[in-house]
Amino acid sequence: MITVKYFANLRSIAGKEEDQFEMGSETTLKNLSHEISKTAPKICEMILGKKIMVSVNLDVASLEAIIKDGDEVALLPPFSGGS
Amino acid sequence: MSTALESNIRIQQENFVVTDEIEAIKKVSRNIGGITTFLGTGRELSKGESISKLNFEHYPKMAEKKLDEIRVQAIKDYGIIEMIIIHRIGEIDIGENIVLIVAAGEHRKETFKACEWAIAELKRTTPIWKRETTSTGEVWVQDTP
Repeated sequence: MITVKYFANLRSIAGKEEDQFEMGSETTLKNLSHEISKTAPKICEMILGKKIMVSVNLDVASLEAIIKDGDEVALLPPFSGGS
Repeated sequence: MSTALESNIRIQQENFVVTDEIEAIKKVSRNIGGITTFLGTGRELSKGESISKLNFEHYPKMAEKKLDEIRVQAIKDYGIIEMIIIHRIGEIDIGENIVLIVAAGEHRKETFKACEWAIAELKRTTPIWKRETTSTGEVWVQDTP
């Protein structure tokens, strides 16, 4: 099971804080995006269009990144920390 | 309220006291001869709109990890002695403290540079998001200068 976390405006778009996907022992971020598109097509477009960053187990990852069963994927809209 | 220097990296709801953090970092080394601080506070106007309150959220663990990477890199690259980074989350009123960076070194020059680099790096790499509440509603900020 892969856990996907949504932050900031993505949470409103997805309508939830996190999701879980059964993708076998390993997959790519691109494949996972297509799975996400079934419930949140706009978020899939943002991932593939590189409008948002994606992390896997707390490290920023590329679309070609391999994701394994048990990994935590976070979808990260542009940051706005500081003041 | 958290104790100063309980940790050099903190993401917390509660406010912090700038002078407490400065006093704490001074205790790290007797070779500290210069300290630069950056304090970010809640601003009322954003793109011409009046903001009534701010709200910050973060990605726990990753945000702390990024702040620690910034601290370690600042010490290594700028030759400073120590750095404290604190960022508040949750609801923050106008005028309240949001973020504090304290860079301490032997001389002022490296602390100015390290402090400026650290706040820019925080904005670029740390998963923290700001939501502004205005008279027309709430909006997640996506481009901060």
